[in-house]
Amino acid sequence: MRFVELVRFALGAIVAHPMRSALTSLGVVIGVAAVVMMTAIGLGAQQRVTGAISGLGSNLIIVMPNFQRGPVSQGAGSGMSLRDSDAEAIARQVEDVAAVAPSVTSRAQMNADGANWNTRVEGVTPDYLIARDLIVAQGRMFDAREARQGKKVIVVGPTVARQLWGDADPVGRRIRVRTVPFEVIGVLESKGNAGLGQDQDDVALAPLEAVRSRLVGRRFRGDTIQTIYVKSTDADSLDRVQEDVIDLLRDQHRIRQGEEDDFQTQNMASILATMQAAVATFTVFLAAVAAVSLVVGGVGIMNIMLVSVTERTREIGLRMAVGARRSDVLIQFALESVALSMAGGLIGLAIGIGGALGVAKLAGWPAAIPPWAAPLALGFSMAVGLVFGAYPSWRAARLDPIEALRRE
Amino acid sequence: MIAVTDLTKVYRMGEEEVPALAGVSLAIARGEYVAVIGPSGSGKSTLMNILGGLDRPTAGSYRFGGEEVGRFSDDELADFRRRRIGFVFQSFQLLPRLTALQNVELPMVYAGVAPAERKARAKDLLERVGLGARVGHRPTQLSGGQQQRVAIARALSNRPDLLLADEPTGALDTHTGEEVLKLFEALNRDGLTLAIVTHDPDVAAQAHRRVAFRDGLIVSDERNAA
Repeated sequence: MRFVELVRFALGAIVAHPMRSALTSLGVVIGVAAVVMMTAIGLGAQQRVTGAISGLGSNLIIVMPNFQRGPVSQGAGSGMSLRDSDAEAIARQVEDVAAVAPSVTSRAQMNADGANWNTRVEGVTPDYLIARDLIVAQGRMFDAREARQGKKVIVVGPTVARQLWGDADPVGRRIRVRTVPFEVIGVLESKGNAGLGQDQDDVALAPLEAVRSRLVGRRFRGDTIQTIYVKSTDADSLDRVQEDVIDLLRDQHRIRQGEEDDFQTQNMASILATMQAAVATFTVFLAAVAAVSLVVGGVGIMNIMLVSVTERTREIGLRMAVGARRSDVLIQFALESVALSMAGGLIGLAIGIGGALGVAKLAGWPAAIPPWAAPLALGFSMAVGLVFGAYPSWRAARLDPIEALRRE
Repeated sequence: MIAVTDLTKVYRMGEEEVPALAGVSLAIARGEYVAVIGPSGSGKSTLMNILGGLDRPTAGSYRFGGEEVGRFSDDELADFRRRRIGFVFQSFQLLPRLTALQNVELPMVYAGVAPAERKARAKDLLERVGLGARVGHRPTQLSGGQQQRVAIARALSNRPDLLLADEPTGALDTHTGEEVLKLFEALNRDGLTLAIVTHDPDVAAQAHRRVAFRDGLIVSDERNAA
């Protein structure tokens, strides 16, 4: 008995009842489509989160003041414990540091050529570009001397440029930040809307001194900074640099053993890992829910296969009478179930991919179809066919040929 | 070719034991044409099922061409049925989905005969039973007599040593029944061994030997005068 012939028998039985076969497969179609779609959307979300976070700068440690305790406790970053001297100390003393960029931030209204826009103005040093992986697309960045002097020059993000000047070249134009006049000397390259609800292009960079003295307000002492961005030379040294920064700052701030830090550090790699783990959990959860429908599809196949075995009892008896072994009957029915399930898996795969791409297009949500989607979908549907076809096939193979032939 | 000795078959119906064969001994030589007759429940169908390898005896010996068939495993029985036996049933037992040709091919598929060869052989057999023009018809498009002739062609497809027919004319009118019997006669003349279970005396009269059953025992065994 050749396997090919059993495949032919199985397919023949499926083709003999096209409507029934299609409806039987439908459960698996829906199950596989759901699993593929959920996985693709989940992976898309993962890529998006990764993109968003690495868009903030790679190998980056962010140092911020800790919250202020007191009569009125305030949120993280509200303290004023970081000073220029801290940034200088990090640059001088910590090894494997590629860039140290102190910054202060203020939201400000900007006026230029009759248009206005509200954006985030960061007071920074030139190293900020290195720390945050930014590139100046037009014009130039201010240099260290200009930064120190607090020259009133500004580099705007693409969103700001578009809002104020449309397609015109902003370099060389005058702009008022609140009431302070600045000269635009450059435009950043777009980083795109990397998600997390933040447009990374909606920003303007000005010398640290200029922003600190003219824009951030009275409560800042002359050398206070809000954030220090520290970039390590590579991913491997990131954790060590973070530890060194903490040790150094505790030293700088004369924090004794056992006392709490008055600053906090965030490591982009660990944030990324946390977010990725969260999204991965979410993806697995979605796929597991979808897998339930695959099981339901399998039960549907089992149900119809049992009906089919009952209906075809005489056929089974006859096949045995003309010399089919029990294993031939078993394999024929198992193949029928697997073929139904795998046909459903193929169609479901196509629908799942189509659906994921459709959702991606409609909702602006990226969908990543993993290369293993196809083998996984087919493997799963084959397993479903085997598992849920096993019992009906076993029933068919166990029939007594004499009784089977007598059955009406 | 066939030697049955002290064959018994007991069915269990719950607690009760129902004897179907109560010690039957019978020999059938190659080329014989035997009718097995008797009222229903006399054990004749049970004997046929055992002879055909569809059932196993409870005790006693069934030797076929020197082999002890009574002790075959399930797979050995399946192989035995495929190689040695052709079945013809009262209700034809054709698969309705398949054409006449495909029905005749079926046993050869299980025997592993190559597609081209089995198609040719099936065609030859259908021609031999007078259905050469009906190879592509499905059972529902054929009359009862034609269906039974397809079934006979199927039974012959693996060149069996023994053709077993269980009330082969039971579902046919007198005329078509006679045609089927004529076909049997012709097959027997060509050397095929035949055993037919029937309770129709006219059918039994066509055979060359009549074995009568009653209550699980052979009560008479008579041959035509040669």
